[in-house]
Amino acid sequence: MPAPTCASCHAARAALRRPRSGQALCGPCFCSAFEAEVLHTVVAGRLLPPGAVVAVGASGGKDSTVLAHVLRELAPRLDITLRLVAVDEGISGYRDAALAAVRRQAARWELPLTVVAYEDLFGGWTMDAVARSTAGTGRSRSCCTFCGVLRRRALEEGARLVGATHIVTGHNADDVAETVLMNFLRGDAARLARGGGLGSPGEGGALPRCRPLQFASQKEVVLYAHFRRLDYFSEECVYAPEAFRGHARDLLKLLEAARPTAALDLVHSAERLALAPAVQPPRPGACSRCGALASRALCQACALLDGLDRGRPRLAIGEREHRGGADVQGTRGRAQAAVQAAAAF
Amino acid sequence: MCQVGEDYVDPPPRECPPAPRPGRGQKCVKCKEGKPVVAVRAGDAFCRDCFKAFYIHKFRAMLGKNRLIFPGEKVLLAWSGGPSSSSMVWQVLEGLSQHSAKRLRFVPGVVYVDEGAVCGQSLEDRAKTLAEVQQILCSISFPWHVVSLEEAQMTSITWLLCPRSHLILHVARAHSYSKVMTGDSCTRLAIKLMTNLALGRGAFLAWDTGFSDERYGDVVVVRPMRDHTLKEVAFYNRLFAVPSVFTPAVDTKAPEKASIHRLMEAFVHRLQAQFPSTVSTVYRTSEKLAKAPRESCAEGPQGPRCLLCLCTLDIDAADSATAFGVQTSALSQMPPSTLQAEAGIPTTPCSAVGGGPGCCGKACGREGDSQPQVIKQLCYSCRANMKDLPSLDPLPPYILAEAQLRSQRAWVMQDIQEYLIKDSADEAETTES
Repeated sequence: MPAPTCASCHAARAALRRPRSGQALCGPCFCSAFEAEVLHTVVAGRLLPPGAVVAVGASGGKDSTVLAHVLRELAPRLDITLRLVAVDEGISGYRDAALAAVRRQAARWELPLTVVAYEDLFGGWTMDAVARSTAGTGRSRSCCTFCGVLRRRALEEGARLVGATHIVTGHNADDVAETVLMNFLRGDAARLARGGGLGSPGEGGALPRCRPLQFASQKEVVLYAHFRRLDYFSEECVYAPEAFRGHARDLLKLLEAARPTAALDLVHSAERLALAPAVQPPRPGACSRCGALASRALCQACALLDGLDRGRPRLAIGEREHRGGADVQGTRGRAQAAVQAAAAF
Repeated sequence: MCQVGEDYVDPPPRECPPAPRPGRGQKCVKCKEGKPVVAVRAGDAFCRDCFKAFYIHKFRAMLGKNRLIFPGEKVLLAWSGGPSSSSMVWQVLEGLSQHSAKRLRFVPGVVYVDEGAVCGQSLEDRAKTLAEVQQILCSISFPWHVVSLEEAQMTSITWLLCPRSHLILHVARAHSYSKVMTGDSCTRLAIKLMTNLALGRGAFLAWDTGFSDERYGDVVVVRPMRDHTLKEVAFYNRLFAVPSVFTPAVDTKAPEKASIHRLMEAFVHRLQAQFPSTVSTVYRTSEKLAKAPRESCAEGPQGPRCLLCLCTLDIDAADSATAFGVQTSALSQMPPSTLQAEAGIPTTPCSAVGGGPGCCGKACGREGDSQPQVIKQLCYSCRANMKDLPSLDPLPPYILAEAQLRSQRAWVMQDIQEYLIKDSADEAETTES
């Protein structure tokens, strides 16, 4: 049976079917459509105004590689300039190889690259050291919690270093969908109230962040990288198997098998969640230690690092005797105690 | 469980120690006297009487704190034959009896929906089930109604898209019930929440899973069992011999939607086994949902409603990028008339329904072409479900008629817009926006 013709140019032979619609397209037409959709996301959402200096969180992985490539194509039309910012979490074996990929990309694209390391920013703490510290308590899964918080801080610092006005990350529709599922399963109402939009506008001096690939499905990101022959680093972080997100990811895969638009449906749901005012996070102030955005005396990064420094990594995360059954009051109480103790320092 | 506190601090997930069984020498944790028979939570074993009090209290508290049902009101109890709704009916029975402390004071009726036809049950099985049902119904003192699919002459489309609700509503309206009580348990609602989230119904979760659902206007649906887990229901029913009838699952013709529900159910039960507070966590989050329209909703809180699920439309074509995403994926498959409708270009609505007499002929010579008008009046998830249906099934006439009516009204309004003198209050609004 002969291959179908591209539904867009009606000339070339179709080389792929788009995962959501099943539409048959040739390589170049698919890439154009993908780029047009990212452009629409940015323009319709007014994410990156003309003149913006955009720090691209570059991990060397497929999402940030595609993001940087597409933004570079669109930069003249959007009138923005790009800077690559890579974060070195200090995960030996994994991060070194990824950073090598980022350096190659930066050279190929002729974009300035800045690397910020946890070790320098956070008083010598690398993720490997954090993992060792938390492993002692028998709770290795939580090192991903640390990494997420610290990476956002590191990205912010890197962006400021290069004089950026906006930060972009490569989160795709699947990532956002997984996050929504995860936040419901874990009861994180505050995050649900905050998130769902196209990123954060940047309160209290934090740089505005957005996710131009938010409506692109992961499969299409991979397809795009394939057709544009992009070089990226594709291994999973060594600590990833422990994270709770894995459950959300499994669920999303099951949902997509039943309905291909599942990720987009979840993103739509997230955009329209309405949470009671009581749940909304309080207006953030400034961290008493580093001045960054914080809803309490210490920002989350400082609180976590404080716990690490004092040899009690569980402190800020919420240590408690577990009887079975969740204990929200206990957690909150202990977290508050931890912050108060830290503030009294 | 991997559960977070109100602040952004994540407690580490932890496997729970195995639930201690009520052993010899242990006493009920509540009264410290009775022999424990039921472990409600890990480590909390209740004796029979304390468990009964705990269970009934939950039911009464749910009704009491919401204060939606007033004395003398007619309330229709939707009984499916299953454990949760059976337990609910039983609670109401006991609550109405003279000797119960603080008697319930509303006026109940029971409706049982015979889904045998849609289940593909054989005639003998249907008869057998119905006989069991009637035996139970005859033993209760308040009025009961049994309805089946054929009787109400509703088509299979409505059935598979809004299972049971339309039928029960019909009965409620016919007999002047102002409230309907459904037996959705905590577990069932947690699964429903996650399922509806995945179906794109994020905007309507508070109505879909909250205590009360006012979307039908004259009849309000309430869910008094929403604080009871399936486990508690099973314990209670067994300890106090609550009668129930086994009915097979509805074999819906919307395979995607049903399979999403099934796989979500399986997933939640699996996760619950590893993290025992999964269901209660999801339930607690559902309590924090608000019934609020989006602030930027163009039409305001009284905006147009979805034809099928009756919730305020959650798609504004202008700024929603997800609407864009759906459209781009569907553009290649829709006929040109639909594209026009989606783009907001007004097409004169035909005055006839589905190609009947008086039909203008060119715009909707076939029934299939009235689909675009209907689609425009559906919410995001109902649109997605429509695509799931076998394409040969026609839309029921009353839905097409409603769609026509709304389109015509909109068309007429547009025509005379320029001649309308706005109220000064309206003018002030438009100059400010």
